[in-house]
Amino acid sequence: MLNYDIVVIGGGPAGMAAALKAKECGVDSILILERAETLGGILEQCIHTGFGLHYFGEELSGPEYADRFIQLVDKQKIEYKTDTMALEITQDNVVYAINKKDGLLEIQAKAVILAMGCRERPRGALNIAGTRASGVMSAGTAQKYVNIDGYMPGKKVVILGSGDIGLIMARRMTLEGAEVKCVCELMPYSSGLTRNIVQCLDDFNIPLYLSCTVIDIHGKERVEGVTIADVDENRRPIPGSERFIECDTLLLSVGLIPENELTRAVGIDLDPVTSGAVVDEYRETSHKGVFACGNVLHVHDLVDYVTLESQTAGEGAARYVLGKTEEAEYVTTKGVNGVRYIVPQKVNIKNDGDVKLYFRVGQVYKNAKTVVKYNGEEIISKKRPRLAPGEMESVIIKNDMLKGFAADGVIEISVEV
Amino acid sequence: MNYDVAVVGAGVIGSLIARELCRYNIKVALVEKNNDMATGTSKANSAIVHAGFDAKPGTLKAKLNVEGTALMPELCKTLGVPFKPVGSLVVAFSDEEVETLGELLERGKANGVPGLEIYDAAKLREVEPFISENAKAALWAPTAGIVCPYELTIAAAENAVVNGADFIRNFEVKKIGFDGNEFTVSNGENEFKTKYIINAAGVYCDEIAALIGDTSIHTIPRKGEYMLCDKSVGHLAKHTIFQCPSKMGKGVLVTPTVDGNLLIGPSALDIEDKEDFATTAAALSGILETAKKSVPSLTTREVITSFAGLRAHCTRDDFIIEPSEKNSRFINVAGIESPGLSSAPAIAESVRDIILKSASFEEKADFNPVREEPVRFRHMTNEERKALIEKNPAYGQIICRCETITEGEILDAIHAPAGARDVDGVKRRTRAGMGRCQGGFCGSKVVEILARELGVEINEITKFGGNSKILYERTK
Amino acid sequence: MQKNIICVACPMGCGITVEIADNGDILSVTGNTCKRGDTYARAECTNPVRSLATTVKVDGGIHNVVPCKSAGSLPKDKIMECMKVINTAEVKAPVALGDILVENILGTGINIVATNHCPAK
Repeated sequence: MLNYDIVVIGGGPAGMAAALKAKECGVDSILILERAETLGGILEQCIHTGFGLHYFGEELSGPEYADRFIQLVDKQKIEYKTDTMALEITQDNVVYAINKKDGLLEIQAKAVILAMGCRERPRGALNIAGTRASGVMSAGTAQKYVNIDGYMPGKKVVILGSGDIGLIMARRMTLEGAEVKCVCELMPYSSGLTRNIVQCLDDFNIPLYLSCTVIDIHGKERVEGVTIADVDENRRPIPGSERFIECDTLLLSVGLIPENELTRAVGIDLDPVTSGAVVDEYRETSHKGVFACGNVLHVHDLVDYVTLESQTAGEGAARYVLGKTEEAEYVTTKGVNGVRYIVPQKVNIKNDGDVKLYFRVGQVYKNAKTVVKYNGEEIISKKRPRLAPGEMESVIIKNDMLKGFAADGVIEISVEV
Repeated sequence: MNYDVAVVGAGVIGSLIARELCRYNIKVALVEKNNDMATGTSKANSAIVHAGFDAKPGTLKAKLNVEGTALMPELCKTLGVPFKPVGSLVVAFSDEEVETLGELLERGKANGVPGLEIYDAAKLREVEPFISENAKAALWAPTAGIVCPYELTIAAAENAVVNGADFIRNFEVKKIGFDGNEFTVSNGENEFKTKYIINAAGVYCDEIAALIGDTSIHTIPRKGEYMLCDKSVGHLAKHTIFQCPSKMGKGVLVTPTVDGNLLIGPSALDIEDKEDFATTAAALSGILETAKKSVPSLTTREVITSFAGLRAHCTRDDFIIEPSEKNSRFINVAGIESPGLSSAPAIAESVRDIILKSASFEEKADFNPVREEPVRFRHMTNEERKALIEKNPAYGQIICRCETITEGEILDAIHAPAGARDVDGVKRRTRAGMGRCQGGFCGSKVVEILARELGVEINEITKFGGNSKILYERTK
Repeated sequence: MQKNIICVACPMGCGITVEIADNGDILSVTGNTCKRGDTYARAECTNPVRSLATTVKVDGGIHNVVPCKSAGSLPKDKIMECMKVINTAEVKAPVALGDILVENILGTGINIVATNHCPAK
């Protein structure tokens, strides 16, 4: 049995930032477990730029953003094991993991930080009809083939889903010589950044079809085409709007799902909307000493926010290990009227700092305002020229406000038009 | 090459027949048109071992179902494949259907099905808590079970190969000649000779028979579409839940699978194209709606994949297991639709008996019926895992996160007798890519391992042979 | 001439109309809601630039390619031409993050630099 103060599961941006912060807060015994061959997580294949504008004030590519943290992990001599898969966390925070070199690892941790990231929704989850031909894959899988392995997964491409990964891959495939026929988006708006729509689609004259989806996949061995159709306001295909598009590849960028298998197995409470754990302001889950951060907690729009959140979790884990936690009396947070979810889901009012609440809205709003209420009473109101589901919003609850709250109170955030 | 017997079609029927014949001192060929065994009907069906009360008494279906079901548990154990004796329930929702249950019970008794019992609504709810409140009664059949049909097929084919059979893949039989003593079987490029042919070609049985001028068989592919749900809703059905049967089959069922998922389906539609495995929006929504009649809490939310299979329905409406009228050494095993999987072990034995009537094969002294169960890391205790990785570090690398499949298991699948040659082959043997992410993460790793082990470039690896390649050329 | 562009200076995504004279002078910028929009629109109509991220072929590395980016912005209309140049380049492993892989691409004064490490196999 190995012993560490903190075991971090996942060596992507979340895990590294959490570990570094915990170290900074005075915990020396930290181990990061990473399932891939290197630290960095999904950033290693995100070779486009646009990362780090908030956190570093410069525009970095994914591998560059990751490398900054990898260098720091090395410099701070934080231990990590790559090619290592965590299999189980027990009720007593013993982590079981395996790799080729050490075999089965049994690690007793005082605190565990969950930073496993997320995965892409597969075709099956959409139930798209059609053949089982090869050439249907998630955009992220295609990204790995092109950017890491250096192979083309297709020549004539249709992309379903206009999230940022879909948009980025439209440009990437075009740059490498593929013909991207179109991007179809089920919703009447794209969940991707405007900047990506302009620079990844418009720049290359790739059409974006809104309120449109793929309803059939053709081809027996390799994909030979797809049928797309417009959808009505209930997202049902409109008869007569079907058209065939010849292609050899269908890339799916239809959403990300936090990877919470380990979390679920420990019996940690999950939020059905985020599909991540229910946490407090230090990102501690319902299981004592287990923290969660990054895309395993909720899907973020920018890695910069992942870093910030993970630092909070790292600090929380360090406080827990060092016995610096205060008495807890919680208020809960609740998204209403257009606000889909809020993280954290509960806040300790004995906390002696400000607390930032992150939230996402369910549709596009222009010239709206976000209103924060405590037990029904408005405490903060802020004008928002534009709110969109693709962008994470935040609001700060000042400590003096927090001090005025009572246990079991409710903080609600809503959108008012 | 000269064979004594060539089995055409490496589905569950062909593979079990080939294995059965390997008990004798003869040369057996198992011939498959695709890149792997279990790529037709055997890979996409309900995976049910039926108790045997459906078929009309006196039919081959009735006889072989009950016999096959009795043989199945032991056979699965011998071949190291999962079988779960979960039992089945036929649920009645109206007084008329309650009457049907009585008829099924009587028919079951006539067919020799043991243990049948009618459950009232209260008892039904006790054993199946998520069943619809509208359910009035059910027929309980304790001998029914679930099996993994492609694993059974693969295991049988592997065991046949270990016992001397040749597995010939990518060999589409296009021409069969007969010189009075031997058949010459050709795919247009290569040929081999054989004294006997077993026609176990599933939906293609009619076309294979026609190659010797036997036009007595008419196969109609009957498409069935299914949805597979995540393990997180696996608890919604504890037994195989049928609705009352109709003319087109046993209707939509809801059943656990041996891997703990939940399977819903099938639809039933007669089609013409024998390679049409496409799913359709209409059928998928149809089966969900119908399945909800049994288990109302089902939703599409937990669906991880859908697929279609073709039943080899024949116009005769019973199994056809007999020598062809055109040539007594050409044995048709056609029309093997439901309960074909349940009957498969008994079908293999009856085909053996047919051949032995005219041939005098000598029993092989060293036939080994046992196929060891492959390493299943996910089912092991931590102590077992520790010992396993110490012995072979390849088991210390997880490739498929969702299903906890190690590199060692994938290597085993590739290097098994008649091992995997493509991504789907690895998937069927190991479950890598069968989980909730459906190969999103492990797909590219499986491609890489296949390429490395087969000594080819990664863009030569296919999903299931032919032109189903996954990658084009290098980007630069 | 009138040119319609979508502003990417912030997530608002304002639709901006730019009136351009025959000699290329910008006559008016409308539709923007802030000063940054005006600046963006003018630049986009006179000298549109983009950064480029792609990969370069590696010989003897753990991967076939190493990711790279333009160390500064490139003229938008030269992007595909730059890709052609980059696709003919090949570097020997090991490659370190920041290594210059293509110098002064197409005479733009901009280097193509590695954005990750690629150790030798």
